[in-house]
Amino acid sequence: MAIVTYRDALNHALREEMERDPDVFLMGEEVGVYQGAYKVSRGLLEEFGSMRVVDTPITELGFAGVGVGAAMVGLRPVIEFMTWNFALLAIDQLVNSAAKMRYMSGGQVGVPAVFRGPGGSALQLASQHSQAFESYYAHIPGLKVVMPATPADAKGLLKSAIRDDDPVVFIEGEMLYNTRGEVPEGEHVVPLGQADVKRSGGDVTIVCHSKTVSLALKAAEDLAGEGIEAEIVDLRTIRPLDTETVLNSVARTHRCVVAEEGWPFAGIGAQVVDTIQHEVFDELDAPVLRVTGADVPMPYNKHLERAAKVDAGKIVAAVNEVLYRERDE
Amino acid sequence: MSTKVVMEALSPTMEEGRLVEWKKQEGDAVAVGDVLAEVETDKAVMELVARAGGTLLKQVVQAGTTVPVSELVAVIGEPGEKVEAPVGRGDGQAAPAKKPAPKAEAAEEPPAAPPGGPAAAGNGPPAAAPRPAAAPAASRSAGRVKASPLARRMAAERGIDISAVAGSGPEGRVVARDVEGSRPAVAGAAAAVRAPAVRGPAGQPYQDVPLTQIRKTIARRLAQSIGPIPTFYLTTEVDMERAREAREALLEAGGEKVSLNDIVIKAVAMALRQHPVCNAWWQDDHIRYWNEVHVSMAVAMEEGLITPVIRHTDLKSLREIAAESRDLAGRARERKLAPEEYTGGTFSVSNLGMLDIDEFTAVINPPEAGIVAVGRMAERPVVHEGAVAIRRRMRLTMSCDHRMIDGATGARFLQTLKGMLENPLAMVY
Repeated sequence: MAIVTYRDALNHALREEMERDPDVFLMGEEVGVYQGAYKVSRGLLEEFGSMRVVDTPITELGFAGVGVGAAMVGLRPVIEFMTWNFALLAIDQLVNSAAKMRYMSGGQVGVPAVFRGPGGSALQLASQHSQAFESYYAHIPGLKVVMPATPADAKGLLKSAIRDDDPVVFIEGEMLYNTRGEVPEGEHVVPLGQADVKRSGGDVTIVCHSKTVSLALKAAEDLAGEGIEAEIVDLRTIRPLDTETVLNSVARTHRCVVAEEGWPFAGIGAQVVDTIQHEVFDELDAPVLRVTGADVPMPYNKHLERAAKVDAGKIVAAVNEVLYRERDE
Repeated sequence: MSTKVVMEALSPTMEEGRLVEWKKQEGDAVAVGDVLAEVETDKAVMELVARAGGTLLKQVVQAGTTVPVSELVAVIGEPGEKVEAPVGRGDGQAAPAKKPAPKAEAAEEPPAAPPGGPAAAGNGPPAAAPRPAAAPAASRSAGRVKASPLARRMAAERGIDISAVAGSGPEGRVVARDVEGSRPAVAGAAAAVRAPAVRGPAGQPYQDVPLTQIRKTIARRLAQSIGPIPTFYLTTEVDMERAREAREALLEAGGEKVSLNDIVIKAVAMALRQHPVCNAWWQDDHIRYWNEVHVSMAVAMEEGLITPVIRHTDLKSLREIAAESRDLAGRARERKLAPEEYTGGTFSVSNLGMLDIDEFTAVINPPEAGIVAVGRMAERPVVHEGAVAIRRRMRLTMSCDHRMIDGATGARFLQTLKGMLENPLAMVY
């Protein structure tokens, strides 16, 4: 298998889907001549021309609406937001148009659009540019929310998202673009709605997605040194949520920690915990704990920022708590 | 606002504790974590620690009193705060215990409410408000068992009364490991080595001595063992000449003093590796065959016995086993073992050789499958290489739980063990 960056894996998915289906086109700020703020669309303008790789003005609501309209008449737009922080300006198009069109037209009109771009915090980008918004979109019936953690999943899931007949919110990890990983050669498609066990273990389940997957894997390594085997469940798709994989794991390990980059209140973890306590109550040996970003606007100060973010140590601490380990020492 | 101090479950099997000695007197300042008293549990003398700070207002029980778990033993509060006549059971120290709303039967309770009630009462009225006429029924507030859902399910499946299981989680929550631990426990092995000196005044035909906690536990456990466990016994005699030579060579080499018993423990561990069928726990509806070998060794204490565990015995060198067995035995006699140090064994060894016992049968330490009783090493005339010779010999008797070990299975294990002791190199082969 080839070693590919997350950024290039997305680029390959776009190129392959644009080659496969002439209805697929890319639109957004700086996607063409500048080849993308994060260089995800490198080479695409040259290859597919300005009819299919469209630079827009700085008008998120406007080009999101154009994307919804194009999807309604049969095209398959991929709308790039420079970041999901900027997509707040376009949220009306996602929530009120894209998500509702199939329902309100009695099934006559679907919106096969992908809205994609980086989410979550990077480094010292301050409160307004360091936000994880997946719970905003996962809240909405009619939207699918996809968050790949690895290059292989980035490629396979973006291809599935583009082929999906409903609107997909595709949130990439801003800090993941440079990460490398093996990507299967040739056609590689990962179905939406399937979580992935990134590491097997019998002592505790750590549910995570996007950037927290690597943190959970790091935590699992540290825990393995102490004889604790953690199972890492990468949700990959937030909605529809693959409850089966999560529940099967928790039913075996009896203890669970849910990690996410976003804020705690009404976060993704809250939904996961609700499912667990409802479906496998009798399997639980400890309350499920959540590890989240701190419940504050992201500080700019780098020490405060570090304190506000999820890290492997916080995940290890939560695992120790659900294993009742602090009392053993 | 005063806080009640109750007898805590300080070991997995503790149901009551004898308050041996108060470490804080009435009027003493107390900080969270201070040792209030020493408590003799069913297995060890442990510390009862303050969960709230303030002043020790009242010692509700005298030193020497035996107190059931969760009964009130003391009250902590502000200096000068008045403590009214106590007061039955506590609701748990400073625990945010949900208190049942007073109902009709509350009228049966004594009308005097303890001042302030327990700290941090979950849904009680504000402190300033007049309290309901009666304190909540103690038995009911103590009757709510905190347990994880998994622990409840496991207890139900195994027919264990969860209210009899001591919880090791936060605020005494019963969690899975406690239910697992409620079956494998402590005692077992040989009978008490030395009876406590009981001498009454002359002229009395007998003297009644109350049962100590440990004696009660031993009785309960051993009766449980000899009753439902179909045991059979296998005896063999081992030629110990080479093991003795090996030991003496080790002693000459210096370092940790290795005893013959250490060699037996090591040999048992290595033999168990070859006979995993004997390294097992009876679990009622299944047998747990252990991949790890944790040998329990019976240690005689001043009064009673305990079986500390040498973890991963098969992976440890003789030197490590010698050091660990000495440390465990020493602390066992001082009753300083932590509960996890005397639970979780997978097979036991009991040795009365030093007390001139030729051979004996030991009682299985449930849920383990077997125990080896080691007799003394003695010079005996035997036929050796075609002639009568004086050889050092030692008898081993294995007690086997027939539900797990069949006659031939146990015999093969014993054969391996004998072979290892007669040729110690076989242990490392």
